Amino acid sequence: MVWETFDVGVGLAFWLMNASALLCVIYGIIYWNKDKEEKVIERKTWDKNEAKINKDL
Amino acid sequence: MNLIENIVIILYLAVLAYLGFVGYKQTKSSADYLIAGGNTHPFVMALSYGATFISTAAIVGFGGVAAWLGNSLLWLTFCNIFIGVFIAFVFLGNPTRKMGIRLNAHTFPELLGRRFNSKFIQVFGGVLITIFMPLYTSAVLIGGTEFLVAYFKVDYHLALLVMSVIVTGYVLAGGLKGVMLTDALQGVIMFVAMIILMVMVFNAIGGVDVGLSKLEMVWDKTVAPLSTVPIKELVVGSPDFLMKLSMNWGFQGWNKMPVFLSEGWLFIITTIAMGVGVGVLAQPQLVVRFMTVKSKNELNRAVLIGGIFIIAMTGIIYLVGSVTNVWYYEFNEGKNALQSTGGVGKVIPHFINAAMPRWFSFIFLFALISAAMSTLSSQFHAMGTAIGRDVFEQLAGKHNPNSLLITRVGIVVMIVISVTLAYFFDKQPAIIARSTAIFFALCASIFLPTYFGGLFWKRMTKKGAIASMFVGTIITTFWLVFVHFQEAKELGLCKMLFGVNSLLSGKNYLCGCNDGCFTSFAFNCSGCFAHDKARESSIN
Repeated sequence: MVWETFDVGVGLAFWLMNASALLCVIYGIIYWNKDKEEKVIERKTWDKNEAKINKDL
Repeated sequence: MNLIENIVIILYLAVLAYLGFVGYKQTKSSADYLIAGGNTHPFVMALSYGATFISTAAIVGFGGVAAWLGNSLLWLTFCNIFIGVFIAFVFLGNPTRKMGIRLNAHTFPELLGRRFNSKFIQVFGGVLITIFMPLYTSAVLIGGTEFLVAYFKVDYHLALLVMSVIVTGYVLAGGLKGVMLTDALQGVIMFVAMIILMVMVFNAIGGVDVGLSKLEMVWDKTVAPLSTVPIKELVVGSPDFLMKLSMNWGFQGWNKMPVFLSEGWLFIITTIAMGVGVGVLAQPQLVVRFMTVKSKNELNRAVLIGGIFIIAMTGIIYLVGSVTNVWYYEFNEGKNALQSTGGVGKVIPHFINAAMPRWFSFIFLFALISAAMSTLSSQFHAMGTAIGRDVFEQLAGKHNPNSLLITRVGIVVMIVISVTLAYFFDKQPAIIARSTAIFFALCASIFLPTYFGGLFWKRMTKKGAIASMFVGTIITTFWLVFVHFQEAKELGLCKMLFGVNSLLSGKNYLCGCNDGCFTSFAFNCSGCFAHDKARESSIN
């Protein structure tokens, strides 16, 4: 087996590397389309009103 | 080169030119040029982030370091995925995106500057990027050029020039839209090439288990005998010198961690894993990508794509890098990788050209050119916008009609500086990995506390942010110039002023612990300062 050739430190890194990749995949699948926040924010609107927004800020 | 290779290269360049043109056609406002209009597809965004993140520095530079120091580099892959993708996208991505939109920020320094209502922070951030990013850019240029030299057997300077000219073209024309589209294409090429590489390498050495288990035998045959040789008898910078150095640092084999708290252990954990792994969170050219998507869903989807992409890139190349020792031992007269190739940065290019069939070398050529160009284009874009948007526009007045022109001129100037550095740095040992680690550590020290504070801590003040950036800049620079042995020795200022190469010469423990501590230190300083201000105002 691959991990048996590593010592504890490297073996841990090997497992954590795989586990973190798996975490990313699972998270991505679960939250693929879960967010219900605003879908589109028109940045071009911001561009047009940039001077006013800057003044407000 | 045969006819088919010529045709494929021309096709590749034509597709890049086309994507640059698409970016150019779709670029109608400064938001389009600076943040790709804010409506990027998650697949493009994730691959662009990954391809920018993973450069030739990771493949050629750190792949070569894996051949030298072994699989302990897998800690970096873990940090790359867990911190660089999961933490970055899940916890930082959406707050950054929302804050960027609310503040109408187009660059990373602008995000920080507007968050703290400080023109100074934006200008200071822009200046720091302009000063320090060429170091990393030159490392990426060297990595890509080394492979062109190995493949085409051409002059290093010619290869350097050709690559720089091509990247300049589509960055100038297409802005971030062009950059991200080409990044995505290049990410796909890198991914496919890396999967084929893994299959072919482990097939050539008898499988994953066999290849990795043979590493111990190769270490015993080629490195262990050096334990009786004094390092002073070895030629400085030679392969045996480097291997002996690794033993002196506490490395015990390619499948083992260095001795706990030895210089090698600290190098792997603080400089490589933490320095590069954490430093990625505050990379200006990566943070700006969070502002290019329209909703959190795109970021969630990018987590999946990014996780797979990064493990396929760094996980594979570090494992392959270390097992090149087995291949060279078996097929090159009992020598390990460094002994066969002569240098850390030469291992991967030499291995691909010597061990793999010609057709794969050709595919890998594109993967490496893609890795180099995707990172370079983003770096040049970040440096150009730092000059045009963050420095010039802030100092010359907003909506200056010349700011986009200045950005483009800035890109050209920074390319010239980066190419010049790549010209001079090429002969330095392990310069690619070192420059990358230094730049990532600088970003972590200078930008990360302010960035985190800006996102998550309402009580962080403008003065706290400025103090944090100053502390990070001064201490990291001081450490590099006067303390961290290799950099201090190369720069020579410490020797000139104090007569020694490093103020901590001989104290390996402290010399090795070089980068990660600055981040926490800067955090503490900014935190204390901001807290103090808040407490003071509450008392009043």
